Amino acid sequence: MSNPSPEPVALYVHWPFCLARCPYCDFNAHVRERLDEPRYRSAILAELAFEAARIGPRPLGSLFFGGGTPSLMSPDTVGAIIAAAKAAFPGAEEPEITLEANPTSVELGRLAGFRDAGVNRISLGIQALDDTALAFLGRKHTAEQALAALAQARSLFRRASFDLIYARPGQSVTAWRDEVRRALGFGLDHLSLYQLTIEPGTPFERAHARGEIALPDEAEQAALYAATVEEAAKAGLSPYEVSNYARPGDESRHNLAYWSYADYAGIGPGAHGRIPLAGVPTATVRIRAPEAWMEAVERRGHGVREEEALPPEARAREMLLMGLRLTRGIDPARFAARAGMPLEDALEPRALAQAIGEGWLAWTRHGALAATAAGRLRLDALLPVLVR
Amino acid sequence: MTDTPLSRIRNFSIIAHIDHGKSTLADRLIQACGGLTDREMKDQVLDNMEIERERGITIKAQTVRLTYPAKDGQTYVLNLMDTPGHVDFAYEVSRSLAACEGSLLVVDASQGVEAQTLANVYQAIDAGHEIVPVLNKIDLPAAEPDRVKAQIEDVIGLPADDAVMISAKTGLGIGDVLEALVTRLPPPQGEAEAPTKALLVDSWYDAYLGVVILVRVKDGRLKRGQRIRFMSSGAVHPVEAVGVFTPKMVTVESLGPGEMGYITAGIKTVADCNVGDTITDDRTAATEPLPGFKPSIPVVWCGLYPTDADDFEKLRESLGKLRLNDASFHYEPETSAALGFGFRCGFLGLLHLEIIQERLQREFDLDLIATAPSVVYRIHSTKGDVTELHNPADMPDPSTIDHIEEPWIKATIFVPDDYLGNILALCNERRGQQVDLTYVGNRAMAVYRLPLNEVVFDFYDRLKSISRGYASFDYAMDGYADSELVKISILVNGDPVDALAFIAHRSQAEKRGRAICEKLKELIPKQLFKIAIQASIGSRIIARETIGALSKDVTAKCYGGDITRKRKLLEKQKEGKKRMRQFGKVEIPQTAFLAALKMDA
Ligand SMILES: Nc1nc2c(ncn2[C@@H]2O[C@H](COP(=O)(O)OP(=O)(O)O)[C@@H](O)[C@H]2O)c(=O)[nH]1
Ligand SMILES: C[S@@+](CC[C@H](N)C(=O)[O-])C[C@H]1O[C@@H](n2cnc3c(N)ncnc32)[C@H](O)[C@@H]1O
Ligand code: SF4
Ligand SMILES: [Mg+2]
Repeated sequence: MSNPSPEPVALYVHWPFCLARCPYCDFNAHVRERLDEPRYRSAILAELAFEAARIGPRPLGSLFFGGGTPSLMSPDTVGAIIAAAKAAFPGAEEPEITLEANPTSVELGRLAGFRDAGVNRISLGIQALDDTALAFLGRKHTAEQALAALAQARSLFRRASFDLIYARPGQSVTAWRDEVRRALGFGLDHLSLYQLTIEPGTPFERAHARGEIALPDEAEQAALYAATVEEAAKAGLSPYEVSNYARPGDESRHNLAYWSYADYAGIGPGAHGRIPLAGVPTATVRIRAPEAWMEAVERRGHGVREEEALPPEARAREMLLMGLRLTRGIDPARFAARAGMPLEDALEPRALAQAIGEGWLAWTRHGALAATAAGRLRLDALLPVLVR
Repeated sequence: MTDTPLSRIRNFSIIAHIDHGKSTLADRLIQACGGLTDREMKDQVLDNMEIERERGITIKAQTVRLTYPAKDGQTYVLNLMDTPGHVDFAYEVSRSLAACEGSLLVVDASQGVEAQTLANVYQAIDAGHEIVPVLNKIDLPAAEPDRVKAQIEDVIGLPADDAVMISAKTGLGIGDVLEALVTRLPPPQGEAEAPTKALLVDSWYDAYLGVVILVRVKDGRLKRGQRIRFMSSGAVHPVEAVGVFTPKMVTVESLGPGEMGYITAGIKTVADCNVGDTITDDRTAATEPLPGFKPSIPVVWCGLYPTDADDFEKLRESLGKLRLNDASFHYEPETSAALGFGFRCGFLGLLHLEIIQERLQREFDLDLIATAPSVVYRIHSTKGDVTELHNPADMPDPSTIDHIEEPWIKATIFVPDDYLGNILALCNERRGQQVDLTYVGNRAMAVYRLPLNEVVFDFYDRLKSISRGYASFDYAMDGYADSELVKISILVNGDPVDALAFIAHRSQAEKRGRAICEKLKELIPKQLFKIAIQASIGSRIIARETIGALSKDVTAKCYGGDITRKRKLLEKQKEGKKRMRQFGKVEIPQTAFLAALKMDA
């Protein structure tokens, strides 16, 4: 994979700390009484240097501060990391720099600081605009704070996104439409609307198993999803990925790197990456526990736990399972270049023909293979039959 | 040790309902006669196979030769014959019994007589046995020896005054059992100088020795180097070794009249060694075989298919290995549109079927799909010929059939009278015909004729559940009779799934069809397409269920960090697809096949 003008690289930075643990969440998130932020910052900077050295000088396409709750970092730390990233991956264009923020009062006070530190896109974890729902989700903010956050994001950042969780117990289509509409009223350019998922190992999983959480059935979920797409469309946002909506041109560049299977480096505890190492596409994983990761970085300059060279079959599967989530689908030429095998060799021909026949997959007018709206809804059932 | 005079030999078996203490008593007898040191004793010496130990069922007959110095000052050879312990092996049991002159009837003094006890005791009486009742577990506070004695007299018609009272667990009364064997059982009879006649009691395959044959010599002798002939097949083999079990294998010079032991003769498969056959000397052969030989005939058949099509050869090999050791089990290759390549296998009964299936899975590590068990129907064609039908899918076009016969059994059910109503209702529901109903105290004994077909279909499970486990059940084959039988096909999106087809009496067809459709609806997960499940007789649909298509199934959030995990999941799902069976667009998990069979009608 040697490009004459190197493709941009995406960089993910994980901040693993939160004020409290939300009962539905299975992210690598931890609650700590006390935090040595400077020590953490040095470790991140060390890993950044480590990755820059082995990836080489490529332009930075995007930088994403995810969590956990990265809005708990000081704007100072955020600024230092941004500066280091830009220096390590120099390029002519201004990269997209996103930071996830939760709408508690502590963090709201810092939004301007993040902007001044170089963050040019904010992603707000709103989750719901209803106090009962927020309490159910175990969130530390109120609906009022959520609304204030939306307003503030709107005024501080040209590009702002927010997350909502739907298909909550007892949620009606009407109430959900109303909730989305109110959030959209702030005129943000991007939103992520996630169906509530019961993740293994979470308190919600146990409550669900005990029968204390009754999720809407499949038909209700489908209706909620359809309502979501409609409401977003009314606000001029179109679905470009299963759960993501944007004003055309304002898609998350960073997340597009994942879905289109571009190179991305991941640093910080538990972060994943997909980068070429000595020309071989490689999956990288960092140590998950924050303290263990930090000690490893201090000892040997990085917190890598595992690196696995990815053969073409593995890349093909990954690229299919990510790429078919995108409305624009997968370009066969790009597929062949990234996966190392032709698209048709990666698919079961009979299943492909059938899926096209049923109207779940289609060749777009740009020559890409894409899931239709109906197909995207059934992707998890389709993929195991479709991929080789 | 081979020239024991007949007067000092006693051959006996132990009859007991499961868990009444047969194995424990055998262990005590072996210990008391010094057959094994304490260190060598592990519990239940005689239950060899893992499955036998777990289920407490003996599958192969075994013998143990005990040496007992009796109170009369003489030393006796006591040959204990451990018989297979289940109705499926009734014929094998009858041959084991034919090798003995008497039986210990072991009854748990806290439980009383059970159906299995009855069936076996009647067989022993038929075999001319002297029977010594033994009341076991008298150490238990719940033991009621007097009531159980009365029961033995009432139900079986055996005098029980002299019943030996024991606790096999504590060892109490074991000496009395040994004395009773010597004083109450008759010695065997036989002619040392007559042409050799030995009863082939059982045989099994041993990796080092080849086939080991368990024999009871009636007349003449068996010795090393002798050329023996199997009278049913005419096959001739030279005897390589002769021996006895103490229970360790010990070789001896020869076995004379009245004695039990084993021979090996360089035989590679038990298929040549039919239980009940007569072994004679090839040069001075007996003219008449011993009475009672019957070739074993499977009564229940089912298809066995590897879950993973790549395992077909392994399945063939494993079946071959099992057959080395079990001639009563039959198999032939078969193909199913639904399940691919597999084998149609015949068994002596349901337990036998379960045991073989379990051994294939455990000992040979095979994952199998079994089709519904089917009995052997006799199809009389309009042209007048008769064919046997082992697989419902092979049922010929009804227009070519004049009539069909199905096999019947005679079932003996023993149950506390509180549950009798339930049992009678079950028997009626299963087209049973009452033959006899008698009461003994607060227990009832119901004798029914039932179509075997109705019994393979979860009868036993139901019997146990409606009697809270108290009913015991035993059966014997009881001929064939005309019946109004129909083939029910199961269709998935209009295509018949051959492996789910079954045959039922016309009066039951609709109910069964509906039950299977409902069950499948529960078991087949929603898929990309709508699935129609139907049951039909010929072209007439008798039941129908629909599984709606999936309307939404997609991971909500999927980020960079998830890729590896999602790929691995995808790979696992792909692997799982191998375990699904594809029917047109529909995938049926194998659990659906398994569970569709275990149904409450
Ligand atoms: N209390 C008591 N338990 C016994 C006695 N004999 C056998 N058992 C127990 O009854 C159960 C069944 O015994 P087992 O010999 O396996 O019965 P089998 O199925 O007839 O071979 C085992 O748990 C034995 O330990 C006895 O004399 N007293
Ligand atoms: C990295 S996470 C959390 C970011 C931030 N800490 C927060 O809580 O807002 C990104 C988003 O995933 C979504 N999410 C997390 N767990 C989820 C679950 N179990 N079901 C549905 N959505 C979930 C939430 O909308 C969340 O904002
Ligand atoms: S949802 Fe966000 S705030 Fe809550 S525990 Fe997870 S990462 Fe932390
Ligand atoms: Mg036993």
